[in-house]
Amino acid sequence: MGKEQMSPETQAKYDELEQFIASKGNKEHELIAILHKAQGIFGYLPEDVQRFIAKRLNVPVSKVFGVVSFYSFFTMKKTGKYVIRVCLGTACFVRGSEKILNEFSEKLGIQPGNTTADGLYTLETVRCVGACGLAPVIQVNGKTYGNATVQSVGQILEEYK
Amino acid sequence: MALEKINSYEEFLAYCKEHSHSLDIKKGVKGIGEETHLISICSSSGCHASLSQEVYDEFDKYIKENKLEKKIKLSITGCFGFCEKGPIVKIFPEDTFYIQVKPEDAPRIVDNLVKGDKPLLDKLYVNPADNKPIVKQDDIPFYKKQKRIALRDCGLINPESLEEYVANKGFAGLANVLFKYSSDEAIEILKNSGLRGRGGAGFPTWKKWDIARKVPGDEKYVVCNADEGDPGAFMDRSIMEGDPFSVLEGMIIAAKIIQANKGVIYIRAEYPLAVERLEKAIYILREHGLLGDNIMGSGMSFDIEIKYGAGAFVCGEETALIASVEGGRGEPTVKPPFPAQSGLFKKPTNVNNVETYDNVPFIFANGAEAFNCIGTEKSKGTKVFALAGKINNVGLVEVPMGTTLREIIYDIGGGIKNGKAFKAVQTGGPSGGCIPASFIDTPIDYDNLVSIGSMMGSGGMIVMDEDNCMVNIAKFYLSFTVDESCGKCTPCRVGNKRLYEILEKITNGEGTLEDLDQLESLGTIIKDTALCGLGQSSPNPVLSTLKYFREEYIAHVTEKLCPAKECKALARYSIDPKICIGCDICAKKCPVEAISKTDQQAKNPKLFIHVIDDHKCIRCGTCAMHCPVKAISL
Repeated sequence: MGKEQMSPETQAKYDELEQFIASKGNKEHELIAILHKAQGIFGYLPEDVQRFIAKRLNVPVSKVFGVVSFYSFFTMKKTGKYVIRVCLGTACFVRGSEKILNEFSEKLGIQPGNTTADGLYTLETVRCVGACGLAPVIQVNGKTYGNATVQSVGQILEEYK
Repeated sequence: MALEKINSYEEFLAYCKEHSHSLDIKKGVKGIGEETHLISICSSSGCHASLSQEVYDEFDKYIKENKLEKKIKLSITGCFGFCEKGPIVKIFPEDTFYIQVKPEDAPRIVDNLVKGDKPLLDKLYVNPADNKPIVKQDDIPFYKKQKRIALRDCGLINPESLEEYVANKGFAGLANVLFKYSSDEAIEILKNSGLRGRGGAGFPTWKKWDIARKVPGDEKYVVCNADEGDPGAFMDRSIMEGDPFSVLEGMIIAAKIIQANKGVIYIRAEYPLAVERLEKAIYILREHGLLGDNIMGSGMSFDIEIKYGAGAFVCGEETALIASVEGGRGEPTVKPPFPAQSGLFKKPTNVNNVETYDNVPFIFANGAEAFNCIGTEKSKGTKVFALAGKINNVGLVEVPMGTTLREIIYDIGGGIKNGKAFKAVQTGGPSGGCIPASFIDTPIDYDNLVSIGSMMGSGGMIVMDEDNCMVNIAKFYLSFTVDESCGKCTPCRVGNKRLYEILEKITNGEGTLEDLDQLESLGTIIKDTALCGLGQSSPNPVLSTLKYFREEYIAHVTEKLCPAKECKALARYSIDPKICIGCDICAKKCPVEAISKTDQQAKNPKLFIHVIDDHKCIRCGTCAMHCPVKAISL
């Protein structure tokens, strides 16, 4: 991708990433840390970003892609304004989190792992956030809601519009 | 804070002496200075989710507004374990234990302290046995049978205070290893203690360290596995959040003994608070000369770096973890070579999990006997369990090895939620098995758990009641393994997928008796042939439920019935004619016109009782959801 077509905002993002990679000494074994940083900057890891990282680390893009696709934390899809994560850890599961997930899925009209067409909500599942005492648990943009019920799904969505 | 670098054993002793009173007020002794009370608020993730930060801020505001800063001190602490009742607030020196404190309670609690009144009754824990409120933590049944070694500082110290950590014997163990014991003596102490790895299989810790120290090499690594991927287990997170210094001290002791110079903590990205606490603790230790060059003036140099995981369960396996730290895909490798021989960057590496390192300082500060006097013959010390699921007191519990399931579930856990019947407990996460109610009096230790088809794992303990379908639970774990299999070896990648498909067939009511045999033989093959620990243990949830709950599988297959009524495809909705008022709402809502009225009159003689045609029913549950008198159920 030609750098000259970039908007100043995008350019600033790449600059920030470049600085971070340099601070890690352009070392291959820092790849996961770099990907975390890149996802923090861009919100996701599109192909261009992966190519950029591969070039800076002097490794094949396939290596970067292999790592991105291996770990569930990394995503190549742009996420919505509100990321809803329903915990499917065992403690939440035995207390009915699957029903809550289905309710979100129905209300939003999307399957887990997808974003609504208006770009507002992304529905994800997560394996245990460690708040098992409050099971079932859901998170919206990092804020945790404990003891969730099918009925509370609508109320939670009301909060985020 | 004035910078106090500790440059020798003598300076360390002086530091200990200087701060020996840091915990006095928490031990019931009047504190130093003017303060008369200390309000200690749990700030671990569990209580955070129940808004403990807001509670803290409200206390802070009210204390400042009323100019009580000098009299009433406010502090954070680590996990009390009683997460279900969070946020927990403890008052010292009275030792009052308040539960479920809300921000609006803060002024009342402060006023009450200032007046010197009796504790607020409505904020105390009420013993369900006699309906009497309990003031002190130790008197609550949840804590009575617990023995806290790994969690010795959690809920006691401020996790960001080195002074308080040291006041509870912190770094005494490291000082002993640095200045008193030779490396042979230290290994001997560890051997005598009987400590076994707390992350899974229970390999003797001393043996691991002994191998790593005998492998030659001028560059060695100490790695802490904090990739707590087992869903439903959160003890490592609580330890890191509540007692980060202890984990670091355990790693430094390991480094001294195996002569490592670099340490890595590999932690889940899902644990931001634990990372924050560890980073702070590392910074504080470096400032005090307890990490970095020339630790405590002993000449030993060792530093620790934090590396993030990125959401892959298999990275809990040590060779996969190492591959991930090196920046690659977390795929396991064949052992040998073991990490102790060729680990991180091909250097000798010792990998232990958080709870294991956390036990080490206790052993070297108090002696092997203080540890090995607890537990069973082959499993010494205590184990932390994350008790969750259908149980009244969800939370972290630490009990001596050899405690029975009955004691954990009924005495500590307060029994099953809503008075339901106890059915099974799942230990060891996706690698463990389901233990039926008939083993309730089995003493829990590494070897007993393996002999009944499960394993200790990292200590997740999920309690299930009569409403949980064991086939569905097995399917749940398998779906987890299928998701998390790294794909490197065929038995795990393909075998588990096939197991999952068979389970899906059974829960959809399409299974046959042959499928059960197929599950067993395929499961056994995967166990025997998979590459790593994850693959080898992945069929355990299926095999153990097949062994102990076979009749439930058979009901799914032959009668097409789910006894726990959890499998939707096998559900049978029916209308209770005694309750039905004949309103016809269900029939109108039914998307497939499966509901019709009978000629039997309802209470209102103009209306008629309704009935569901099971052949037409698609089990969507819409009717049950809309019935105004709840006459429709499974």
